[in-house]
Amino acid sequence: MKAVCWERTNVVRVEQVADPAILNARDAIVRITSTAICGSDLHLLDGFIPTMRSGDILGHEFMGEVVEVGRGVDNLSKGDRVIVPFPIACGRCFFCTRDLWACCDNSNPNAATAEKLYGFSPSGLFGYSHMMGGYAGGQAQYARVPYADVGPFKVPPHLPDEQVLFLTDIFPTGYMAAENCEIEQGETIAVWGCGPVGQFAIRCAFLLGAGRVIAIDTVPERLRMAADAGAETLDSLEDDIFERLKDMTGGIGPDACIDAVGMEAHGANIDYWYDKAKTMAFMATDRASTLRQAINCCRKGGIVSIPGVYGGFIDKVPMGAAFNKGLTLKMGQTHVHRYLPRLLRHIESGDIDPSFVVTHTVPIEKAPEMYKTFRDKKDGCVKVVLKPN
Amino acid sequence: MAVATDHRRVDAGRFEGHQWRSTREDAGRVNVGRMERWLSMVAGGALAAYGLKRRSTSGGAAALAGAALLYRGATGHCDVYGALGINRANGHAHGHGTGEIADNGSDTRRRLGGARGIRVEESLTINRPIAEVYRFWRNFENLPQFMRHLESVAMREAGISHWVARGPGGMKVEWDARIINEIDNKLIAWQSLEGSTVATAGSVNFDETEHGTRVRVHLQYSPPGGKLGAAVARLFGEEPHLQIREDLRRFKALLETGEIATIAGQASGRSGFMASRAPDERGGRRP
Repeated sequence: MKAVCWERTNVVRVEQVADPAILNARDAIVRITSTAICGSDLHLLDGFIPTMRSGDILGHEFMGEVVEVGRGVDNLSKGDRVIVPFPIACGRCFFCTRDLWACCDNSNPNAATAEKLYGFSPSGLFGYSHMMGGYAGGQAQYARVPYADVGPFKVPPHLPDEQVLFLTDIFPTGYMAAENCEIEQGETIAVWGCGPVGQFAIRCAFLLGAGRVIAIDTVPERLRMAADAGAETLDSLEDDIFERLKDMTGGIGPDACIDAVGMEAHGANIDYWYDKAKTMAFMATDRASTLRQAINCCRKGGIVSIPGVYGGFIDKVPMGAAFNKGLTLKMGQTHVHRYLPRLLRHIESGDIDPSFVVTHTVPIEKAPEMYKTFRDKKDGCVKVVLKPN
Repeated sequence: MAVATDHRRVDAGRFEGHQWRSTREDAGRVNVGRMERWLSMVAGGALAAYGLKRRSTSGGAAALAGAALLYRGATGHCDVYGALGINRANGHAHGHGTGEIADNGSDTRRRLGGARGIRVEESLTINRPIAEVYRFWRNFENLPQFMRHLESVAMREAGISHWVARGPGGMKVEWDARIINEIDNKLIAWQSLEGSTVATAGSVNFDETEHGTRVRVHLQYSPPGGKLGAAVARLFGEEPHLQIREDLRRFKALLETGEIATIAGQASGRSGFMASRAPDERGGRRP
C-alpha cells in the first residue's frame, strides 16, 4: 500500500509499504477513505517530537471502512464505516473506565520510554513517535487499529467524510478546549491560534454559551474564517494584544484564554526570539510565547485552557502571574472517545458543519508538498484532506 | 549487576509511593523487626546516656554498646543478624502475614544461601480482583505469556513444575521447581529442586489495594559456573529489574485487556527486511 512516511526532519515521502495485518485479537484493519494532516503533524515535520524513526508512517486523523476484524472484536463487522479516535485506548484500565481515554494505561508498548520523560506514560497514539507507542499512522491506504472494539466509532452513511472525519481529533479537541473553559452564559473567551483546532474551539465556545469570542492570529484568511463564525479578531503583529483584550473586556481581561498554538509559537516579541534562541541551542525544547501571553492576559480567577501540544520543557513560565491571579490551567491530549456521541449529534442536528475548515483535498501522492504548504500557511491553507484510495 | 543496582537506586527514589516500588535495598538492609528497632533506640539511648555520665572505662563501653543499639534501631540493620542470615523484618514491614511466611516467601536470597546471581524485586498494581490475579499466576504455565525469559513452564504432579528459559543467544536452560509455600490469594513461592543445574527461587505476594491487586514479585537466579552460568546471567540482559518491570507491565495488560499492546510485525517505510525494522517492531527490546 501507499503510505506517508517520515524520513527525517523536514522530509516526508510517500512510500510503498506492506499492508497492515491483524497482530492482536482486538485489532481491526480499516481501508482508509479520508485522512487529514494535523497541525500537530507539523511538530513531527519540524523535528520537535523525539523518538521518531525514519520510515514511520504518519497520520492520526483517519476514517474508512472496516475490512478485517480480529476474533476479539464483536461489535464491528466488515463494511462498517468508522472514524478512528487518535488516542489508542484499551477501555478497561483505571483511566479508561474513568473517561480519561488519552491516559490509557495499557496501549503504549513503549510506556517505559515515556515514563522516563513524564513519570507515567500517556496512551499510545497513531503515527506519533515511538515514545507514544510507535503505531503506524493513518496517512495510508490501510491502517491497523488496536482495541478496535473500543475506539472506532460508526458514522451514518448520509454524512459525507468531510463532515465526520474531524471527529477523530480536531473537533473534539476544540470542544474539550472550550469545555475546559467552564463557560458560563455570556462569557468572553480569547483564542490564540486560528488554525483548525482554534477554529473548532471558537465554534465550540459559542456552542457552550460564550457571549463573545476574540480570535488572535497573524494570518488574514484564518482571521476571516474566525470572523465567519462570529468571533472578533485581533492581529498579533499589529495589535497590542494585552491592551486590546483589556479594552474589549471592560478592563478586566477575558474570562478564559485558549492556547491553540502550542510549542512552536511564532511571534515578533522579545520572548519569541528568546525561545527561538534557546530551542536552537537545545537549552529548551518548546517555544511558549503564546502560553505566556495567555496567562498574562487572562482575567483574575480565570481559566487558561491548552489544547496546543507541548512535548518537553518550556522556559520563563509566568508562574507568579498564574498564581497571584488565581488562574486555573487545564490541558492535555483529548479524550476523544468521551465526546463522540454528543458531537455526532451536533453534526446531525446541523449545529455545526465541520467541513468548513477544509481548504485542500488532494490525492495522497501530494502529501509531501501539502505538508509544506500547510506549515508555511501558503495558498490559504487551513486544513488538508488526503484521499489515499 | 553493579549497573543494575545503580539504576535501581535512582528508580527507587523516583517511583517511591507510586505504582512502582522497589525495595531491594531495604530488603537487603533492614533485618531487625519494627518493635525491636524501637526497643533498640530506647535502650541504646538510655545506655549511651548512662555511659557518658559515668565517665569511666566501663561507662565508655556502655556508651559504645548504646551507640551500636542506637544505630541498629535507626537503620534497622544488625550486622550480627546479617551474618547469621536472620531476617526478622519482612513480616512486620509489609503489614500482613507471619514472620514465617515472609521468610519463605519474600527472602529468596536466604533460601539460596548467598548474595550471588540475579535478584530482583518489582511490584505493580493491576485493576483486577485479587482472586483472578492469583489464579492466573498460580498456573505457572501462564507465565511465559508475559515473562520474556521463559519459553515454557509445564505443571507436573504434586506441585512440581518444569521450567525452560531461553537466553539472548537462544541457549536453553531447564530446571524443575516445586512450590514451597502457597496461601490462597496471598502468596505463592517456589524453588528449584535440589541438584538442579540452576538454583532459582521466586515468590509473588498479592495485596488488595484501592486500585486493584498489588503484585510483588521476587525472583532470584543463582547461576552455576561455566557456559551455562554465563547463559543464565544473560537471561535478563543488562538490567534485570527493567526486564521484570516490563514483564509485570505485560502481565497487567494481559489481565486488564486480554492482550498485550504491540507493534511487533507492523508495516512501515522500513519494513521488508527484518534488519531494517525498528526494535519495537521486531518484538525485541525497547527503542
